[in-house]
Amino acid sequence: MESSARAFKENARAAVADPQLKRALSHVKEGFIGKRAKAAAKLPEFEVLRDAARDIKNHTLDHLDLYLEHYERKVTETGGQVHWCPTAEDARRAVLEICRAVGARTVTKGKSMIAEEIALNDHLEANGITPVETDLGEYIIQLRGETPSHIIAPAVHLTKDLVEADFRAHHTAFPPERPLSEPRQLVNEAREVLRGKYLAADVGITGANFLVAETGTSVIVTNEGNGDLTQVLPRVHIVVASLEKVVPTLEDVSTILRVLARSATGQECSTYTTFSTGPRRAEDPDGPDQYHVVLLDNGRSSMLGGEFQDMLRCIRCGACMNHCPVYHAIGGHAYGWVYPGPMGAVLTPNLIGIEEAGHLPSASTFCGRCESVCPMRIPLPKMMRHWREREFERHLSPAGARAGLALWAFFAKRPSLYHFVTGMAAPLLAALGRGRFRRLPLAGGWTAHRDMPAPEGRTFRQLWAGRRQGESR
Amino acid sequence: MSEKPPRVGLFVTCLVDLFRPTVGFAAAKLLEDAGCTVEVPRTQTCCGQPAYNSGDRGDARSIAARTVEAFEGYDYVVAPSGSCAAMLREHYPALFTDDPGMAAKAAKLAGRTYELVSFLTDVRGVTGVEARFPGSVTYHDSCSGLRELGIKHQPRALLATVDGLTLAEHADAEVCCGFGGTFCVKYPDISNTMVSEKADAVESTGADTLLAGDLGCLLNMAGKLKRRGAKTSIRHVAEVLAGMTEQPAIGESAEG
Repeated sequence: MESSARAFKENARAAVADPQLKRALSHVKEGFIGKRAKAAAKLPEFEVLRDAARDIKNHTLDHLDLYLEHYERKVTETGGQVHWCPTAEDARRAVLEICRAVGARTVTKGKSMIAEEIALNDHLEANGITPVETDLGEYIIQLRGETPSHIIAPAVHLTKDLVEADFRAHHTAFPPERPLSEPRQLVNEAREVLRGKYLAADVGITGANFLVAETGTSVIVTNEGNGDLTQVLPRVHIVVASLEKVVPTLEDVSTILRVLARSATGQECSTYTTFSTGPRRAEDPDGPDQYHVVLLDNGRSSMLGGEFQDMLRCIRCGACMNHCPVYHAIGGHAYGWVYPGPMGAVLTPNLIGIEEAGHLPSASTFCGRCESVCPMRIPLPKMMRHWREREFERHLSPAGARAGLALWAFFAKRPSLYHFVTGMAAPLLAALGRGRFRRLPLAGGWTAHRDMPAPEGRTFRQLWAGRRQGESR
Repeated sequence: MSEKPPRVGLFVTCLVDLFRPTVGFAAAKLLEDAGCTVEVPRTQTCCGQPAYNSGDRGDARSIAARTVEAFEGYDYVVAPSGSCAAMLREHYPALFTDDPGMAAKAAKLAGRTYELVSFLTDVRGVTGVEARFPGSVTYHDSCSGLRELGIKHQPRALLATVDGLTLAEHADAEVCCGFGGTFCVKYPDISNTMVSEKADAVESTGADTLLAGDLGCLLNMAGKLKRRGAKTSIRHVAEVLAGMTEQPAIGESAEG
């Protein structure tokens, strides 16, 4: 996917001024947060499970080579094939080759952020293959020619009246006067359109929430059942997944599943949790003839052993963005690439470079709400700070900000000089401000939107010295 | 009392020193009322967060090293700020991972450092204050204090003992006000959206006064509320707990 992360500030400015987006984003705040809190409170062992889930992933990442090789062996034993793909381009090529080998004309797709990361739809279309998104949110944004604005709720930036208008414009075979203002009516219409597509598809592509080393199984969690139809009906099933999705055992999957849906949507578990192991066996009533796993690295292996390894624990629940006040203000598209919110602020620079994505880890108040709800206890603010350190070391942060910081640090490291300067400045500002300033030179970012309270008068240090002298007399 | 009063080094914070000395005096009074002797080391400046959170680890380390030295030998170090206290407690040790000597000193400082209100309740066992503040207040939970230091019930417990005061909680009291240090000037549009929502929540309670335990957040919220012409007064919680509310509120002048 093309990045517009460099234009983050402009994107954000446009986003905060968009009343429709503001309305849509209010649902994120009202919906997800309360539901997660309720689900977590109902499970006494929830916090212990978070620790256990974190430990499983930490162990796996420490032995990732071992588990990946074991996983591949199991996939092969069950009749499937793993395609190791170091880059996005390799993954696109692998998918296209499989599709071409079976003469595919249309493919159905379950929700997959990896497919977004490798811009799979564009690549398939450019090669004459029609991809059909079957997740309702993904289907809507595909109609609109948009990208997901949230990793589990791709169309969360839209309101239902916009979706109604899109359906009326695209679904011209339906009677124009049909009622379509209720969510249920929209779902039913999408379902009717998609049913035919499942049966016509030559290949079904899904993502994976987990890859299980013990059995060679891929696991998806969905709420619409579209993933199952996508992977069972066509002759070929392709799983696109990144390599950190592997966990050792089915038991480990069940532990992590207990925190996944609760953190994401507040459900105890998702409506469908589907385990797929290899192609159809002779005794199976149905299933695909071919089972492929396109296993993507795309920079992740270079995060191992470094200060960003913890990010590879992420299970893509979306809790960090659901609770992020910055995400609530601007939505997902402003971040400019596939992964928005706090997890994107850490992951995106790893995948497309800090030169491109420098704004993302900078645009955080470090309020820490993301870390407080992350089921995998990923220290997101700490890692955003690591990115800022890299930027600072490499002189990528803006020159003006660096100069200001250097000047401030010069004084902060010299207490006598510092107190001399502040001792002069405070009374002067107090006299000029009379309570507060509506404008201040060099503080336009502040005073554009708010007043700057003025100092009271003399500094604490000056007044304290006076008090102590008074006492000793 | 036979117990020797603990020696507390007051970490004033750069914002209190410059903008709101009253908070420093209120902190000193509350600490003295709780049986401590209070000293203010002369070589302190700032905790170093502006450098630390801008990725400038070198300057953050130099400033941290100075602070560690300035506060050696005190029984406790107390700051009227969750953010600065968390910097000393949670982040200083991590700055010196490659310098065992300094790391040990920083860890020793971290273990003795507290935010003011939680120090009063959790360490000194203070259960009430002698103060009067007629009117309704609403309390904003500043992020670092809340999530890094677990400060939530402590200020409310002490405020409940202030004569005449009623607490009117605002919605999303735990949501960030959009200050974030340099964030508010680097990303003014986002910060403005956040502080506007905070101001909406505060105003809709109808409370006379907004309180919080961190001056950065207070300057931000006061700036927004005053720009909007809100009637709300804004003060640091220590001013109310210490009964030191003669000074005009934040962003106001004696002339009104």
